[in-house]
Amino acid sequence: MLQALQIVISGVAQGCIYGLIALGLVLIYKTTETVSFAHGDLMMLGAFAGFGCMTLLGLPFWLAFVATVVAMGLFGIVLERIVIRPILGQPAFALVTLTIGIGYVARGLVTMIPGVGTETHSLPVPYKDQTWNVGALVLNVEQMVVIAATTMLSAVLYAMFRYTRVGVAMQAASQNQLAAYYMGIPVRRLNGLAWGLAAAVAAIAGLLLAPITFVYANMGFIGLKAIPAAVVGGFGSLPGAIVGGLVIGIVESLSGFYLPEGFKDVAPYAVVLIMLVVRPNGIFGDQLRKKV
Amino acid sequence: MRFLFKTTYLQDIRLARHGGYVFWYGLLVLALLAAPWLCSEYWLAQLTFILIYSVVGLGLMLLSGFTGLFSLGHAAFLGVGAYTEAALVGIGTPFPIAMAAAGLVAAGVGVVVGLPALRVKGIYLAIATLAFGFIVVEIFARWESMTGGNAGRQVMAPKLFGWSADSDASFYFVCLVVTVLATLAILNLLRAPTGRAFVAIRDSEISAQSLGIHLARYKTLSFAISAALAGVGGALYAHKLKFISPDQFDILQSIDLILMIVVGGVGSVHGAFLGAIFLITMPQVIALAKDFLPAAVGQAPGLQGTVYGLVLIGFVLFEPLGIYGRWLKMRTYFQIFPFYRRGMFKRQKSFLKSDRLK
Repeated sequence: MLQALQIVISGVAQGCIYGLIALGLVLIYKTTETVSFAHGDLMMLGAFAGFGCMTLLGLPFWLAFVATVVAMGLFGIVLERIVIRPILGQPAFALVTLTIGIGYVARGLVTMIPGVGTETHSLPVPYKDQTWNVGALVLNVEQMVVIAATTMLSAVLYAMFRYTRVGVAMQAASQNQLAAYYMGIPVRRLNGLAWGLAAAVAAIAGLLLAPITFVYANMGFIGLKAIPAAVVGGFGSLPGAIVGGLVIGIVESLSGFYLPEGFKDVAPYAVVLIMLVVRPNGIFGDQLRKKV
Repeated sequence: MRFLFKTTYLQDIRLARHGGYVFWYGLLVLALLAAPWLCSEYWLAQLTFILIYSVVGLGLMLLSGFTGLFSLGHAAFLGVGAYTEAALVGIGTPFPIAMAAAGLVAAGVGVVVGLPALRVKGIYLAIATLAFGFIVVEIFARWESMTGGNAGRQVMAPKLFGWSADSDASFYFVCLVVTVLATLAILNLLRAPTGRAFVAIRDSEISAQSLGIHLARYKTLSFAISAALAGVGGALYAHKLKFISPDQFDILQSIDLILMIVVGGVGSVHGAFLGAIFLITMPQVIALAKDFLPAAVGQAPGLQGTVYGLVLIGFVLFEPLGIYGRWLKMRTYFQIFPFYRRGMFKRQKSFLKSDRLK
């Protein structure tokens, strides 16, 4: 029983990472109608940026954290402006291939940095390798930080989308871009902002994940597991992304423990296939129908 | 400039539209037939790979380019074909039968994947095929009695009644025959009602449906044919490499296949071939270019990925019709010289089309 609880907790921590990446995917999907296959690589870039800030520039952790998140946010905005905006309105196929290309370039460029790109680094965070003992449970502080940070970030994002002007405008634009545009909402600028926000959230996910795994060029492949998370939660629902991430994380860690070897890696994909057959719109997805 | 004056419908759907087609494609066939005597062994191997990837590309082109369905797990069909072929040839089946079986098994798997595809659309289909691809690769890795697991498995040379295509040249001819047959089959399919139905589904599902096209049947059919071609391609691939392991059929291979048809030109049969040529020759070009680049760039391990990514981005942004589109533009320029206008191939700008409400 205790063991199961332990596994569930580590699954929740992993699920929070998936959820954060999925959050970015959903933000992008709601604004520009594409699944970004580069999102895991944005997370990787964020982790590398944080690593660079801390080791090369020698910044303390908190400063490096803020600097990385801001820098990645700006990077997201620039990325949207330069490569995404020119092909909006083209078939979805074009956008998806474009993001695959962005992922390739990001991974390739990081690998090309001499002495850094091909190595595996550990991020020197202040809370590294500590554990708390609560009763008989052994809690890994790194995982607890992930869970706490995700909870806080979700609250902040919820407040933003609920109460601020820009958040409400983003919601409006995601529901109907044309109508939002007629109401005087600067939809294009909001698209850029959404990409920036998504990239910033991805950077946070990268910085949270870095102490648990390591920082390396291929860590972005974890983004491919965030896609099932987004689908399970319902693509297009922000709370759904977090819930979906948790579902995927817990299923993955439980199947890693109770099922034979090999099931852990495919569990997220099996879940998403079942979900797509049973309920394609996800847990929180809304049923929309086009009227002809 | 050539004016085609058509008087019958048969003329309109003829494969060779005018004398130029017969001449140039005849020349191409002659050159390909003579290739084993003209090329060095190395380039013959590359040419064989181009033919194999063309077959797979034709399948993916039919699915993505002509039916408008995504597949991010096409390498899995390639793998299913390859392992079926390896198993059947291993027990002494003549290779044409084994190859047909590889195609059929892959088609069967394609139908299974295609069934959920009837419920989901666009992006979701891409995700479903992606998930399917991961699961299949894991099955390849775990089903050790059949596939040899991660250690891989050897593939015997194709045999037929005592004759064995074990030399490079003889296997090249096997690939050539299969490629020509596959191309003719696709071209025929596309001018038949079935192919027209596929294109109609790509352009608008709602209009296609109201014209009486049974969406479910045609989508599944498209999946099946596409998977069958990928399976046949996989069979050839297995023979060519003589050794297969699960990691040859993972997501990166699927992305390579996507790269191939996007660069070649989505929605054109030529595109599959041009894309295959690109995919096979690109690593050689990069290897050649390495000598001229500074060592810090040239020797970096990520160079190939970066170049692939940049090419992909470049084509999506500036040449959505791919290499074939570029060729069309050049040809039109010279055909109607000097009346070519900049806007002739301009993309229609549309508002963001929402998949969510479809």
